[in-house]
Amino acid sequence: MRLPGLRTYFVAVTGSGVLAAILVVAQASALSQLIAAGVSGRLDRGALVATAVVIALRAAHHAAQGVLAARAAANVKAGLRERLLAAVSDRGPGWLAGQRAGELATLVGRGVDALDNYLIGYLPTLVLGVTVPVAVLARLAFGDRTSALVITLTLPLIPIFAILVGWHTRTRTERQWRLLSRLGGHFLDMLSGMSTLRAFGRARAQIDVVRGMAEKYRGATMATLRVAFLSALVLELVATVSVALVAVPVGLRLLDGRVTLPVALLVLLLAPEAYAPLRAAGAQFHASQEGLAAATDAFALLESSEPGRQARVARVTARVPDPGAVELVFDRVTAGYGDSPVLCEASFTVPAGERVALVGPSGAGKSTVLALLLGFIEPEHGRILAGGVDLSTVDLAAWRARLAWVPQRPHLFAASVLDNIRLGAPDASVEAVETAARAAQAHGFVGALPDGYATVLGERGYGLSSGQRQRLALARAYLRGDASLLLFDEPTARLDSASEAAVLAAAATLARDRTALLVAHRPALVATADRILWVAGGTVREETAGDGGGTLVADRTLIRVEGSGAA
Amino acid sequence: MSASSGTAPSGTRAAGLRIVGGSAVRTLVLAALLSAATDLSGLGLLATATWLISRAAQRPPIVALTVAIVAVRALAIGKGTLRYLERLAGHDAALRVLARLRTRVYAKLSRDAGRLPRGDLLARLVSDVDSVQDLLLRCAIPAAVAGVVTVVTVGFTAAFSGPAALLLAAGLLTAGLALPALAFRLADRAAARIAEVRGRYLAASVDVLAGAADLAVFGATGSALAGAAGQATALARLERRAGAVGAATGAVGALIPGATAIGVFAVTVRGGPSVMVAVLSLLALAAVEAVLPLTGAAVRYAELRGAWRRIRPLLAADSPAPPDPAPAPLPAPLAGDGADRDGAARDGAARGGADRGGADEGGADRGGADRDGADVGSRRVADAPVPAIAARRIEVRYPGVAVPALSGIDLDLSPGRRVAVVGPSGAGKSTLLGVLVGQLRPTAGRLLVDGVTLTSPRSGVADSPTEPDGLGWPRSGGVLADGYVFHASVRENLTLGRTGFDDPALGRALTDAGLPDWAGRLDDLIGEDGATLSGGQRQRLLLARALLDPPPVLVLDEPTEGLDPAAADAVLADVLRVTAGHTVVMVTHRLVDLRAFDEIVVLVDGRIAQRGGHDALLARPGWYSTWTGIREVPDSAIGSGVGR
Repeated sequence: MRLPGLRTYFVAVTGSGVLAAILVVAQASALSQLIAAGVSGRLDRGALVATAVVIALRAAHHAAQGVLAARAAANVKAGLRERLLAAVSDRGPGWLAGQRAGELATLVGRGVDALDNYLIGYLPTLVLGVTVPVAVLARLAFGDRTSALVITLTLPLIPIFAILVGWHTRTRTERQWRLLSRLGGHFLDMLSGMSTLRAFGRARAQIDVVRGMAEKYRGATMATLRVAFLSALVLELVATVSVALVAVPVGLRLLDGRVTLPVALLVLLLAPEAYAPLRAAGAQFHASQEGLAAATDAFALLESSEPGRQARVARVTARVPDPGAVELVFDRVTAGYGDSPVLCEASFTVPAGERVALVGPSGAGKSTVLALLLGFIEPEHGRILAGGVDLSTVDLAAWRARLAWVPQRPHLFAASVLDNIRLGAPDASVEAVETAARAAQAHGFVGALPDGYATVLGERGYGLSSGQRQRLALARAYLRGDASLLLFDEPTARLDSASEAAVLAAAATLARDRTALLVAHRPALVATADRILWVAGGTVREETAGDGGGTLVADRTLIRVEGSGAA
Repeated sequence: MSASSGTAPSGTRAAGLRIVGGSAVRTLVLAALLSAATDLSGLGLLATATWLISRAAQRPPIVALTVAIVAVRALAIGKGTLRYLERLAGHDAALRVLARLRTRVYAKLSRDAGRLPRGDLLARLVSDVDSVQDLLLRCAIPAAVAGVVTVVTVGFTAAFSGPAALLLAAGLLTAGLALPALAFRLADRAAARIAEVRGRYLAASVDVLAGAADLAVFGATGSALAGAAGQATALARLERRAGAVGAATGAVGALIPGATAIGVFAVTVRGGPSVMVAVLSLLALAAVEAVLPLTGAAVRYAELRGAWRRIRPLLAADSPAPPDPAPAPLPAPLAGDGADRDGAARDGAARGGADRGGADEGGADRGGADRDGADVGSRRVADAPVPAIAARRIEVRYPGVAVPALSGIDLDLSPGRRVAVVGPSGAGKSTLLGVLVGQLRPTAGRLLVDGVTLTSPRSGVADSPTEPDGLGWPRSGGVLADGYVFHASVRENLTLGRTGFDDPALGRALTDAGLPDWAGRLDDLIGEDGATLSGGQRQRLLLARALLDPPPVLVLDEPTEGLDPAAADAVLADVLRVTAGHTVVMVTHRLVDLRAFDEIVVLVDGRIAQRGGHDALLARPGWYSTWTGIREVPDSAIGSGVGR
């Protein structure tokens, strides 16, 4: 485990474990003296004071250990969380698109929290599992060698049996876990699909299925546990039987005076202590595994470096061209997410200041064209040139600063409407935000929200309809005054006809004197374009629809003219 | 469980256990008894061994020790075995309770009138229900065991020394009651704050992950990361503080066993030389140590209490059906307004029993000879009466929205009629389907089935596959906007537990829906909400589900969404062929070739802007003639472009 701060914590825990072992032995020694005297009716004041002092010391040690563990766990987790999110952001949206955001959120949330079991519970107990038996055996070696021998011989049985039983049951347990996870997820699945079941009149009929699956889950879990708890049974038996193995012979040796009562009591008090931490570690092992699994996932994420990104940093040489003032050229670009490229050798040109509509069936690569221009992904082959400069050699942040983007599904951040709009310009004044919102046809509905521009949005905040989200995203774009290239991904897809017209008017104003690429399905949007690019079958074809989109709408037919840079 | 009442704040738990039911409670009691027996064997082992050693030091004849020697060995083996049985019984009991809870929560939600929880809240509900396991295993059973240990050890000690018993009782109550109560109070406050900050951190991390693209383009990644890191730091600060508080209470706890043992020793040693000095002192030490874990249980209880509070309303006895038959001011989902099916049926009977009789008759004579002829390609249509449905001046208003989502809707669905609903997004198309299948209650207007006005909401509990649900609602359904794909096999997703479909029938439904390849993969598992399916596959699977046993009134919300144009046309043709004789209402964005529909209804801003057949509408200027075909321009152009 290479967690930041873990090494220091481990050293501290080891020191604390040694101290704990010494205190365990000291308490048993003092207590056995005290009680041995008490059996014969004497009060050994020295032993009494010693016992009290050791008990107080153990309490103080307990407090210190608890504070230490809580501090270390909290700090390690916070550090890990920060590094994880930074690593994920570093890889960028192109990489994230291929991941399940929900799983990553679970990893940084619950997954990292599961480390508590390992850091606070398992690790210190494991250390005690070494230090306490050593201390106990060392003390008994000076008191009663026979008992020390018995403990020495039986103690290794605990890890050996634990490993043997674990080994024997592993395949069976693993097979069970998959079944368990499916059975366990059934309830959530049924609740998620409740409205579908209602629509088919199956909601009530499924009550018995839910009951049946819950019972099956119980049966399968119990089958797993019967095996899993076997190791606990063995450990418990080894420990308790060993205590009996020590206590009975010691009693018999007392009979003929080969040991004294204080020593015999010491053996009785110390013998169970030798086994206790190992058993506790065994009990906490499973709980700690979840945290370790999360840690493994986290390290996989942190360690596998992103070569493309580092290469990019090394490549950045060119000054950033003004994207709206130069010609954009896709030169035989092959690109996509994962293994199968979406675009294949696509070539086209967008002159400065032109409004271009990207049309074509879904999945054909329209959004991929935008993702390339946004720098989310890079071409596998081919180049994208902005005013003759290869896009892969420009500083991405500076390039993006000149783009305005309205995505298909804008994300609502858990922040106020105001901060959501001024995402790219945190210092923008309230007036500027309102102006942008008016231009994006958003001012009206924002005013109707419970707290107006101060309304908090997001998953746990106020939800907005798709059309409203879209208009907030448009307002975001408006607020980027110096953006010269507009990238719109179906900005009116979810708007009603009235707001569509309004948004289109607003978008047209925004696009004035700027280059714009619009992914479009709706005719009204296509009609605003100077030129249409057909994206299909991995290639991009340039087409001119006569006199802009107007002809397109009137004739409901296409006039196909070969574009200048057609593939 | 009686023992637990004295040792922990268990009033709500006891109430919960009553709800949970008898057999589970019996297993729980068994688990608690086994657990107590395990602890008592451990204490007995220590006490007997101490007695054995102390007595042996007095060198009695060996016969005096034999019973103790046997007892030590027996208790040693017994404790290990009991521990195994106890853990099994405890988990079994907890899982039994979990099974009952899941069933009850599901049953309650399946007929609840309220909105179903979604997303985040749904996941929390499930984890809340699951946390009951922890509540039982880590809180309830340890509390019960502590009670038993207290009674038995104090009683045993009292037999030898009254003052020692009093001291032991004081130690046990401090460690088992006072300290857990204190820890609970401290943790309760901390847990609430930690949960709040953790929620804020999670929201911030979701923003960084799900909003990564927006952040990157707008140059706000750095500040979002800093914000998330700030929340993580705040969370760490609270966790450190909670840890320190926990360590302090733990330290106090660590003092109590030793202090009690010294106290017991001090009072017993005054009684002169006795073996029992050793036995009672060490027993006190071990007994108090045995109840110490209750402090941890109290902290756990503080964390779990919120979950328990949230699910308790779902376990409460069903309230009687609300008596108000008038249309609600808001279009609340109707499903299961009645608390149970009988209750809802009673309402229906009270309001319009006679009318319903008429409806049944109307349903019975619906069969026409011409339809029987048209039924060749359809399945099971002969079983289901196809009613005539009419909507009159239907209006739907959503809460807090000034403009109605639908208003003045008139629609006639005579048996077997095919109606396409088109119009811009947000025009109310899906809302109209919701009204027709009884998911939404109109705020004004009437729905008539075979000439009879439906006065009561559709019961969400109508489960008979072939009959109306007793309230006059026809069986209706199909592909709805919120269709869900279950994490189950293709077969289970198609049948939804309906029986009587053989593999060829399932295969036909898949083929008709445009998934012929899937006929051979009926037992393949599909991911959660179709995560492993593309949008088009998902939609086709939902369509196949609707086509398997098409209800008399079939509604289809964009059934061919996500399909390429050629495939969409083929699937649509199949759907219309297979459902001949059924009433079909289809919402579509594809405005090509809707000639097969008897009527096309154009919805714009919640009102019917135009209606009529394809050719008639095309001949008139208006929304339909403006937009039909245009939407498909890109697709058709690509079709020709590819062929070039």
